[in-house]
Amino acid sequence: MKEPVVSFYNVSKSYPLYGHIRGVKNFLFDFPRNLTSMKRERFEALQDISFDVYEGEKFGIIGRNGAGKSTTLGLIAGVLAPNRGHVVVRRRVSPLLSLGAGFHPELTGRENVELNGVLLGLTRREIRRKMDEIIEFSELGDFINRPTRVYSSGMVARLGFSVVAHLDPELMLIDEVLGVGDIRFQRKCVEKMKSFKESNVTMVLVTHSVASVMNICDRAMWIDNHQVRMMGNPTEVVEAYAAANGVSIDTRAVNKSAL
Amino acid sequence: MSVSQRLSEKKGGTVSHFGNARNWENQRDILFVLLQKELKVRYNNKLLGYLWSIANPLASAFVYFVAFKILMRINVPDYPLILISSVFPWQWMSNSIGSSPNMFVGNSSIIKKVNFPRNIVPLCMVSNHMIHFLMSVPVITLFLFMYGRAPTLTWLYGVPLLVMVHFAMAYGIALTLASLNLFFRDLERLVHIVLNFAFYLTPILYPVETIPERIRHLLVLNPFAPLIISWRELFIYGSFNWAYWLICAGYGALFLTIGTFVYRRLSWKFAEVL
Ligand SMILES: Nc1ncnc2c1ncn2[C@@H]1O[C@H](COP(=O)(O)OP(=O)(O)O)[C@@H](O)[C@H]1O
Ligand SMILES: [Mg+2]
Repeated sequence: MKEPVVSFYNVSKSYPLYGHIRGVKNFLFDFPRNLTSMKRERFEALQDISFDVYEGEKFGIIGRNGAGKSTTLGLIAGVLAPNRGHVVVRRRVSPLLSLGAGFHPELTGRENVELNGVLLGLTRREIRRKMDEIIEFSELGDFINRPTRVYSSGMVARLGFSVVAHLDPELMLIDEVLGVGDIRFQRKCVEKMKSFKESNVTMVLVTHSVASVMNICDRAMWIDNHQVRMMGNPTEVVEAYAAANGVSIDTRAVNKSAL
Repeated sequence: MSVSQRLSEKKGGTVSHFGNARNWENQRDILFVLLQKELKVRYNNKLLGYLWSIANPLASAFVYFVAFKILMRINVPDYPLILISSVFPWQWMSNSIGSSPNMFVGNSSIIKKVNFPRNIVPLCMVSNHMIHFLMSVPVITLFLFMYGRAPTLTWLYGVPLLVMVHFAMAYGIALTLASLNLFFRDLERLVHIVLNFAFYLTPILYPVETIPERIRHLLVLNPFAPLIISWRELFIYGSFNWAYWLICAGYGALFLTIGTFVYRRLSWKFAEVL
């Protein structure tokens, strides 16, 4: 077995419900109550989660809204700290930012590629070397020199995916953002991701799309109610997940190149 | 895998990231790209942008001049020089502090997703205001010439030394406020009130000599006073006040320490509270 790139050991994550100490004023005038409630009132978003993702693996995470999928990705990305347990990550993380998050609307597509690239940990030299490839893959044509505020959401997603996919990702994190591209671009994404299979790019994919899980992932995890409910073969996990939610799906009829 | 980065060691949970260490070239490029973005977004046209960046402090100086010299007739020689030489440095400080509470909140979408050194955001903002200040030095020089004075050789070391301590103070304060503001969202109002006080308690509109002698030594309690006085003395008289500079350096070191401490303690919670 290959070495794990991401390991979660009994990880629990809870969020404070800071709600009422949002200001200096409230804090000062409500001090004692705030201090005690700050310690007590916490919301458990993940409870005792353990899993490994191995080198080169495409790992899918599914679950209902609020189950804790984005929290899991936040822990991998290193923007959140667990309250209990250990998270170990052994590669450079490249999160695919949700729709335009890393983009500034006034900057052109080209400038946004640079912005995104440096935030993801690359140098400008490395980005410039890949620039043409990125632009070509995104199929944005002349729009690449226009500010991204005039882009449609699908175009933003295309550029975002192109950036992450071409900047030598080691560990890609994708959170529910791929569905907005048009059908042709979806096929390109699937092909690109499949090509990652040969290279050693690891991918953690959060999605609500049955097709994505089945077409891209080698393994899937179902997070239910902040805990791991099931882990294993993508098709089986998807079927169990759908059944548990009272949705019947025919996994054999899923389009092989859709997202 | 030789570089290991132990990111957090708390009572319960730990996170260890290996292979996520950024080299300095990347950090430099983040700063560079963010700065470029800032300048580009604010001013599409470079010349026009330059004019705008000077127009604001110049207009304030003009208003003060009308109010105090023409209307109230205060008797201070070279009053326009007094104003110009302190309004520009003060703009750098107050703009940096005033916009700092919004720094992390305004960039929440990337802070929530990417683990990049977030202190670069306030660093970039302060650098941006520094650039504007440096670009205004020719304007200050122009005023000097108009009043029969000229830059001196002291500027060669005086300006860099003062820029250093000014930057340290501004960045330290900005880092502190930007971090704290995530937890106390009404900090911005408070900051503007304090800035307003600081503006009048610092010798910007008036020369030091107008302050009664017996309380003048209290000025050093206001971190901005020695700084602004130093700038003014350097610009107008070409003199460099080492005692004041050392006090400013002390304040700079103090604010940097506080800022770094607050940022380190809180940065793990940024993504939670945004
Ligand atoms: N910053 C936060 N502060 C408080 N609660 C949060 C925060 N982020 C997420 N939560 C809560 O944690 C739970 C899991 O959230 P998330 O991981 O975003 O779910 P999802 O599986 O839909 O991505 C949700 O109930 C959400 O309300
Ligand atoms: Mg989510």
